[in-house]
Amino acid sequence: MENDNVIIVRHLSKHFGNFKAVDNISFEVKKGEVFGFLGANGAGKTTAMKMLCALSKPTSGSAFVAGYDISTNPNKIKARIGYMSQKFSLYEDLSVFENIKLFGGIYGMKRKDIENNANILLERLEMTEERNTMVKSLPLGWKQKLAFSVAVFHQPQIVFLDEPTGGVDPITRRRFWEMICETAATGITVFVTTHYMDEAEYCNRVSLMVDGQIAALDTPNALKTQFNVQSMEEVFFQIAGKAKRGEGL
Amino acid sequence: MKQLRSFIAKEFKHIFRDVPTMLILFIMPVAMMFLFGYALSNDIKHSSYGIVDMSHDSFSRDFMHKVENSEFFRLHKEYASISEVMSAFRKGEIQVAVIIPANFKQDMLHLNRSALQIYADASNPNMAQQLVSYLGSFCNQALAQSKEFSAQSQSSDLVRMHLLYNPQMNSSYSMVPAVMGLILALVCAMMTSVSIVREKERGTMELLLASPIKTIYIIIAKLSPYFMLSCINFVTILIVGHFVMGVPVNGSLFWIAALGLIYIIVSLSFGLLVSTVVQSQLAALLISGMVFMMPSMILSGMMFPLENMPLLLQFISVITPARWFIGTMSKLMIMGVEVKYILKEMGVLLIMATGLIIISLKNFKQRL
Repeated sequence: MENDNVIIVRHLSKHFGNFKAVDNISFEVKKGEVFGFLGANGAGKTTAMKMLCALSKPTSGSAFVAGYDISTNPNKIKARIGYMSQKFSLYEDLSVFENIKLFGGIYGMKRKDIENNANILLERLEMTEERNTMVKSLPLGWKQKLAFSVAVFHQPQIVFLDEPTGGVDPITRRRFWEMICETAATGITVFVTTHYMDEAEYCNRVSLMVDGQIAALDTPNALKTQFNVQSMEEVFFQIAGKAKRGEGL
Repeated sequence: MKQLRSFIAKEFKHIFRDVPTMLILFIMPVAMMFLFGYALSNDIKHSSYGIVDMSHDSFSRDFMHKVENSEFFRLHKEYASISEVMSAFRKGEIQVAVIIPANFKQDMLHLNRSALQIYADASNPNMAQQLVSYLGSFCNQALAQSKEFSAQSQSSDLVRMHLLYNPQMNSSYSMVPAVMGLILALVCAMMTSVSIVREKERGTMELLLASPIKTIYIIIAKLSPYFMLSCINFVTILIVGHFVMGVPVNGSLFWIAALGLIYIIVSLSFGLLVSTVVQSQLAALLISGMVFMMPSMILSGMMFPLENMPLLLQFISVITPARWFIGTMSKLMIMGVEVKYILKEMGVLLIMATGLIIISLKNFKQRL
């Protein structure tokens, strides 16, 4: 095992009956990398990511996350990763600080550290004045930034983001990606699924899933050169066009 | 432990910040008690009756006075004939009528062959039955008291009714355990399942499951506020029932509390089970409402006697926790029986609790 690979996936599969949601995928993710996990709806992105977060068990194959086997050490993994789900998910009826405190507490952070780091975080987000505001009254863009900050608040080795920018305007999306890149610069690996192809340009490397399999994996530039096109969007059309599964499967 | 503490604190915040829920939790039990206790009572108090006196003698007058003094019946009118009584029934003026036949005293004393007649409007059978049996026993008493019949009635009064434990047939007696059964089912099963499913619906459950917090902590944290609230409601109902509505608490408080606790655990684990099966709050509400609350009302023996139900319904009632709780609670409270008489019911509830906990814990881990 090389030391700088924080995620190692080997022949990982997940079947639901006859349906192969994830079909024999293998790849590695390096420490501090922003790894884009792309694919159309129903290509198997979320299923694969749930296995890596130790939320569901693989049918076959293996994967190591932060040095631990997902099948045998799920709790060790959960303590070392952060997770932000598809739906915006913080507690709406808790205040900004209460949400931070809750998740800090769940990840076993000390009270004093939570207090100090929360102040620094709120300052950086320019949300110091919203400390005691209920999350439900924040605008969506702020909520999303907050949700991301909470996901990395306990300094995980890897943070998994499941379509984090759904339903947000382009400016907020750009800001959000700036945050992602800043986070990666501190050494936290970012594993992000998306179906916005312009976002793929921000990633160090991207993989493209089609029908449960990885159809392409490289840096955005290498992929564009390989398919001889100008944008990731066109790369996606060329690869995903071959998909046999319909939308929404 | 620190994880668990901050988690439980969060659950309480959810509840305390949700004002409508708070209102439901604290006002509903008391409101339901007064509703079932007073407004929806089966009591025959203040029923109107009519009377026809065909004897017109000192005895019949005396007898009429006695009936008039009963606090249970209100004399609507003295009618001249049976046909007038019948039209009064049709008009809805009276629910019951007493007819003293002509020469009642003479026939009774000399021939021993006369009888008072009681007519009742049986379009509401339960009500009619209560009226007839109460008025009947009242008339028997009045006859026994009058000096003319005191010797006679000893021998002629073949049937003597004794209404045990609740001689005035006060419906609030049976209502208090029933409301307990309903409220606890509501708070425990409904509220718990909805609050867990809410986290699934909003996506926060995924966040929790991706965190290192143990599943059992999530469950404990979700259940503990509702457990506490149920206990508070349980005590409130007991206190209001006893001190405001005058329902006796004859049995041992320890066993009353123990029975309540077991039932709370059964309902909580049912709520947990529902939350593992459904995906939306609406479904959680419907399922716990249909599968738990409705049988609790209809099949627990609280509203309709179980003995008259078709076999299928009787079978369903056997697996309804409220059926085992409500009857047993009223045995404990009103009859004041010792614990050895309710061991079977307690056992059934305990088995239900264990079964539900095992199934829902297993399900919770698999489904989420």
